This record gives sequence, structure tokens and C-alpha cells, in this order.
Amino acid sequence: MTVAVRKAVTRAQVEDFLYHEAALLDDWKLREWEALLTDDAAYYVPPNDRPDGDHRQTLFLIADDRERIRQRIIRVLDPNCHAEYPRSRTRRMISNVRITGVDGDLVSVTANFVCYRYRRYERIREYVGVYRYILECAGDSFRIKERRVLIDAHELGSLGSVSFIL
Amino acid sequence: MSPRSYIIDDREKKTFLLDREVLVSEDILRKEMAQIFGQCWIYVGHASELKKAGDFRSRKVAGRPIIFCRDQEGRFHCLFNTCRHRGAIVCTEREGNRRRFQCIYHGWTYGNDGRLVGVPGDEAYGEGFDKSRHGLRRPARFEEYRGFWFMCLDAAAPPLGDYLARAKDYIDLVLDQSSSGQMEIIAGVQEYDVAANWKLMVENSVDDYHLPATHSTWLNFMANSGVKIEPPKEEGLVLPTRGMAVELGNGHFTTDNINFRGRPVAKWIPLYGEPAKAEIDEIRRELVARLGPERARRVADTNRNLVIFPNLVINDGSSVTVRTFYPEGAGKMHVTAWALGPAEESESARARRLDAFLTFYGPGGFATPDDVEALELVQQGLANWSDDRWSEMSRGMGKEGEQLNSDEHHLRIFWRRWNELMGVPA
Repeated sequence: MTVAVRKAVTRAQVEDFLYHEAALLDDWKLREWEALLTDDAAYYVPPNDRPDGDHRQTLFLIADDRERIRQRIIRVLDPNCHAEYPRSRTRRMISNVRITGVDGDLVSVTANFVCYRYRRYERIREYVGVYRYILECAGDSFRIKERRVLIDAHELGSLGSVSFIL
Repeated sequence: MSPRSYIIDDREKKTFLLDREVLVSEDILRKEMAQIFGQCWIYVGHASELKKAGDFRSRKVAGRPIIFCRDQEGRFHCLFNTCRHRGAIVCTEREGNRRRFQCIYHGWTYGNDGRLVGVPGDEAYGEGFDKSRHGLRRPARFEEYRGFWFMCLDAAAPPLGDYLARAKDYIDLVLDQSSSGQMEIIAGVQEYDVAANWKLMVENSVDDYHLPATHSTWLNFMANSGVKIEPPKEEGLVLPTRGMAVELGNGHFTTDNINFRGRPVAKWIPLYGEPAKAEIDEIRRELVARLGPERARRVADTNRNLVIFPNLVINDGSSVTVRTFYPEGAGKMHVTAWALGPAEESESARARRLDAFLTFYGPGGFATPDDVEALELVQQGLANWSDDRWSEMSRGMGKEGEQLNSDEHHLRIFWRRWNELMGVPA
């Protein structure tokens, strides 16, 4: 009997992947970002007052399945997506990356983030929170199976819309 | 300075113009707080948010911190969240279940019916000090219509039922989609600011003229998901199907549209997926059996954006949203939006309703962010108001009979009522 032994996933590998993802999102390379997703990927932004809610029973800000993510990308790249035209400039800082679980090919990861967003001439908006990922091992790298963005603010308030990919 | 009208309402010339000062002036906002928010019935919350005795929600309603709660007997209350002693907020949690609210400053304690039940060291007060006169203050009036609770700061206001006038028929239509007659607020609230005057949200909520220009990416999305969006066939229409604007009395109004965009209550579209068909057929059968075919069609095949003057919107469209908004300065509003669904809804139907909600509404939806953008662009453009004074709102004016949702008849209803309450007859 042979036992497949996977080399342990390291935090450095996960960090490299998350930094790469952040760069793609900040650069609006959304088609390349989409290529990082598994075929059943999901993207969630829970409501500020129910960060641990279930999207089937709780009104989220965003609860996209894979097809909805595809449609979201089509929408935000369209110049008629007025909320993102001209596009927001964003810059993400990612830290406190932790591998919180490994289950076969799946790696659970959390990371703190700050995403600074500028639109036209307005003042900065700072989205602060935690990314929670379920990553699927793919060769030397990963694919994103689930991407959950928890915003720390008690309400969206002056952060306004989440019209870009947070 | 004598009062002047903020609108030019010339029915002969079919011209309706709005003075843009009303969207930028802090003086006018102060007057609105007294004459609009101080006199109208204002939405507080929904009965389903407080399921048990002792449940509470603290929130701000028209700038007033309040506690919306139920006492030990289950009675509903709306209390000012302000300690009678020195004025501190007494309830600092957003929601929960409590018998007592204790002020952290000196420890005055109130029951969940608002009565003052504890004053540390109360023997130091004179004989004239009467605890029973120091319960939490509350708005002059607090009444409900079918689970929707409203407060009114004006003791002399007409009863809520009279105030709502024909808007009640449209609330009834929303409730009729529930076989138990009970609709509930679903967990999860969307709260966001819009850098625009609050009245622009009233206009936007019912203005179907803007849909093709503002929401073309949503229309694309619908088409991509298999919904046929056909260009209007009738002259004068800007949307695929016919829709009306209907006046409901006391400044309330609604759109009333033939649905083309799908409805979780019994109007299947490909977006919901093939497996959903059977359940939606079943929902439709229940509607027809309970309400008869005509009323069932009314409930399932029309969508309606209802405005209860001044600031409650119930959109019974791609899903049901209850949305309210308050000014935070002339150029900023705070929006709170909830999803509403039949209390008895199955898990799969609930999930479909929430998903349908997010296709259009909310800060991450495929349409609302573009509405927010449009309103903020208006507010920014209004910086020129003193040299470019009048907004144009004459669309469809003078038309006899039915009024189209894409005309501006219903916007004029709002502004005429607003102008009247501000004490300046047109």
C-alpha cells in the first residue's frame, strides 16, 4: 500500500499566493484573478451585524456562486458600471496570515487586511477586516474555493458600496 | 422674509420645476426636521424583529436614538434611549433581550416598559421626587399597521391608519404573498451612507425613467441569465413592460408594474434554476387557491415600489426590501435596508429570495451601487445650484388618466406634499 504524502503547506506559500491575488485585484486584472478560482468557488461578504451568518438564511452584502462571480466581473469591467467608472484605486495590505486547518487538499486560511480605496477626488475609504479562505492545493500553488470577507466596521456607513471586488 | 414656494407647478404650461436649494440647504433641513420628521408618521421597525417578551433593538429613527422593545407582557414600546437623569444613552447594545436597561453613568434603571425602577440612593431626593414621573420618555404616538410600527412626534397627528390612506392596500399586497399573512424581517441588515440629500432617495426609489441608463449592466446580467429583455413595444414606454405611477394620498405613492424581472413569489425566471420551477409552481397554486386567480396574479405578476411619505420605501420587486433613510446633513443620508419574506417560507424559497435580492439591491448588488453613484453625482453637480437653480420634473405632466412609472407624476406628488408641509403653498 502506498500512502501519498503531501508536503506540508507553509505559511510562506500561502502568503505568496495571497499577495499575488491582492496585486491582481488592485491592478483590476480580474480575468487573471478569475483564473485563480475553482469551478465551484464562492465569494461572500456577510452583513456587518451578522458576520457569522449563513447566506441562505441571512441577507448578505454579497453571496456569489461561481456563475455570479463571472457575471460580477463582466459587470464591473463594463464602463456602464457607474459605481466603478472611473474605477476605484485600491491598495490592499495583508498581514497576520494563518493556516487554521488542513483537510486533504483543502487549506483554511485567515488573514487580516486593510483595503484603501480612492474614487475620483474623494477622501480615502478604509475597509478593514479579515479574509477567510478555503484554498485548494493545485501543484505548487492554490486555487480559491471560498473567499469570505468579514468587515470589522459595525455598519458599512461611510464605506458606502462594495462595488469593486473586496 | 415671506415664505416662498420651492416648486414651480404650472399646470397650464405643463411645467414643474424644483428649486435645488432644497437639496443643499442646512436651513431647510432644520425646517424639515420640525415640519416633516416632527409631524409625519415615521417607520420604527417591524414586529418580527421582536419575537419574544424582553426583545429589543436600539436604533436611530429620524436622528432620535430609540429603543424598540417588548415588555414582560409582550407589549411593544418605542422609548427614547436617553436617561431622564443626565441624558446618557441607556441601551448601548444593538439588539438582545433584557428586563432592565441600566444607565452606566449613575445607575438609574428602567424596565423594558420604560418605567424607572431603580435610582441608587434615592433617599437623597426630596419628597417631590416621583419615580413614576421619570420613566423613559417616548414619542407622542406609536402605532402599527400589520406589523409595521411607526412613531409620530406630533400628539395631534391623525391615527396611523388614516395617515397611511391607500398605501395600506399596497402593504396588503405585500403581505398577501404569505400564506400565514405574516411577513418577517430576515436577519442581516444593510446600512450605508449616501453622500446625497435624503429626498433624492425618495425620487430614485420610484423613478423608472432612470433604469435603462443607470442599470444597463443589470439588464445585461438579466439577459445573460436567460431573461428575455425586449424593447418596449408601446410608444412612450422605456421599459419592456407597462407600469403605472399611482397616487395613494397624503404624499404616498407607488409604481405598479407588470413584472418582467422574475419574482420569488411565483414568477419563475431562468436565474432561479430549473429545480426551483416545481416549488414556484407550488407557491403559485397556493396563491390561487387562497386568493383567487385575479388577486394571485396581482401579487405574483406585478412589482411595486411603494413610498410611504416621507422616508419608508417597500420595494416588492426582485425580492422584498424595506428601506428607510434619514438625513445626516443636507448632503448626506444614512440608509438602512432589510429583506422581508413570508414567515413560513421553506429553506429553499428563503435562499432563493435572498439570492434574488442580491441580484439587484444593496451595497454589493448589481444595481444599487449605480443608484448611489447617480445620487452622489447629483449632489456634486448641485454645487452650482445658485447659478443653475431649477431641476426639471415635468415629464408626462398634463397627461390624463393613467400615469406611467417612467414619467414624473409620482415625483411631483412627493414634492407637492413636501412643499405643502414646509408651509409654502404652491
